[in-house]
Amino acid sequence: MIQLNHISRVFNPDQINEVLALKEVDLEIKRGEFVCLIGSNGSGKTTLLNVISGAVPPSEGSVFLHGEDATKLPEHKRSRWIARVFQNPLGGTAPDLSVLDNFRLAALRTSKKTLKIGINGAFKEKVRARIAELGLGLEDKVQQPMGTLSGGQRQALTLLMSTMDHTDILLLDEPTAALDPRSAEIVLQTAQRIIKAYDLTTVFITHNLQDALNYGNRLIQMKNGEVERDLDTEAKAQLQLQEMYEWFA
Amino acid sequence: MVFYLSAFLLGLCLSAMGLGIFITMKIFRIPDITTDGSYTLGAAVTAVLLTQGWPIWSVIPVTLLAGAAAGVLTGLVHTRFKIDALLSGILVMTGLYSINLSVLGRSNIPLLNVETIFKALSIFDKQIYNEVWVGALFLAILSGLLAYLLRTDFGIAMRATGNSESMTRAMGINNDQMKIIGLAIANALTALSGFLVAQYQSFTDINMGIGIVLVGLGSVLIGDALISWLKIRKIWWQLLFVMLGCILFQMVLAVALSIGVHPNMLKLITALFVLAIVGIPRLVRKETS
Ligand SMILES: Nc1ncnc2c1ncn2[C@@H]1O[C@H](COP(=O)(O)OP(=O)(O)OP(=O)(O)O)[C@@H](O)[C@H]1O
Ligand SMILES: [Mg+2]
Repeated sequence: MIQLNHISRVFNPDQINEVLALKEVDLEIKRGEFVCLIGSNGSGKTTLLNVISGAVPPSEGSVFLHGEDATKLPEHKRSRWIARVFQNPLGGTAPDLSVLDNFRLAALRTSKKTLKIGINGAFKEKVRARIAELGLGLEDKVQQPMGTLSGGQRQALTLLMSTMDHTDILLLDEPTAALDPRSAEIVLQTAQRIIKAYDLTTVFITHNLQDALNYGNRLIQMKNGEVERDLDTEAKAQLQLQEMYEWFA
Repeated sequence: MVFYLSAFLLGLCLSAMGLGIFITMKIFRIPDITTDGSYTLGAAVTAVLLTQGWPIWSVIPVTLLAGAAAGVLTGLVHTRFKIDALLSGILVMTGLYSINLSVLGRSNIPLLNVETIFKALSIFDKQIYNEVWVGALFLAILSGLLAYLLRTDFGIAMRATGNSESMTRAMGINNDQMKIIGLAIANALTALSGFLVAQYQSFTDINMGIGIVLVGLGSVLIGDALISWLKIRKIWWQLLFVMLGCILFQMVLAVALSIGVHPNMLKLITALFVLAIVGIPRLVRKETS
């Protein structure tokens, strides 16, 4: 599903603040895999996700999605396969637009935005029902501007928005970093349900090692722009939390 | 009375531009000053075609296309060359001066003996009433269409583009393309104001666009102040208040003239008035905070 070949990414090349964010990363993620991606701050996790989504072009190497060479495909074209939740809660939603407007765009992620009015009674009901499933009590706020919701609430809704249209790949960049424990739990449970129901290929970045242990069927640790460890389902199942802490020592 | 009605009508005529500036400034958050050029372009095209005997209804699409082309140009310069929007606008605006001059063929074309849109209606005895109704009807249709556009799926995508570009990219929207379309719509609307004002004042002059962007900006700021003061969220109400801002602006200038301000001072009054609109709320906020 996702294939990265010899991906390198340099920021500010030939300047004193040059950073080698990714170093010849080779990575293949198969259909239906749920990868937990961990690593210290600045180890290149977000950059890796951005290379997959097309937000950051690689300095070297190629990206294949669905067996197709997508290296030169801009982000807005790759979005027909990819839905994402950003590390920054502000990144995935339009704050001045209503929750309903945001969901409408999400429902049209892979299709043309035409000159017809798409927000009708049926659509409103559908959105309200989806949001109600979250259990955060947000279903009565669909007419409010997205910006009036808290960061955590927005993160939860961004996740839900990814299911409004067909998607193959779900990229989650610390979706729960801004959330209180109960909301974080709800969001991750929702994510897991969505991933199962739609058979999504997922990359989930987290600093919460317990979550990395509990969720997913593959675990990757990054260090200084390289893949340091890559555990398959079996190895991950046998992993102990204590051992993970030692990786960061 | 006729004097103020006339100012009211001018406000209506300039409302098309106000709506255009609202789109670029408030929806796309792009400072676009192609306006001075595209306004005159609309007026120039109108004058030339009307004096050649084109029917009014066929002049409108040509005016719209001309304005849209100017907007596309600014949009291309801005997105392709990654040049600051302000500078892109100045480039196109400056270039348009020559284009406008060659469209006009001379610096001024009078429109005295041609059928203008304001002569289309003759219900009332007093001609100014007929003219105000024509203007009001025209703007009602225009803003209705615009309100519809902004509520469509495409309109939502437009509004989102100015709001969060990372979000729209992730939603499969080509931001650059969207901005070009937005600038095209805005400048088409501005050209339409040129179309209306040329017929309102019965002439097109090569210099009629100088500083018009400031009039539009001030008008939109008045409208926007009302919008945020009254917490208006519905898009068609917002458009209505933008038009109200345009009319209020002309009313203030009319009052200035009627209390004896010399017409030569009008541009200075305009600049000071806009300064007041922008500056006073900031001063007040600073004092209360
Ligand atoms: N746009 C950019 N310009 C310059 N340097 C950048 C840019 N984006 C990332 N970097 C650098 O690349 C390195 C990797 O950053 P990245 O955001 O991928 O880290 P991360 O693993 O996601 O960290 P965190 O856990 O803090 O989110 C860092 O050293 C960062 O400073
Ligand atoms: Mg990160």
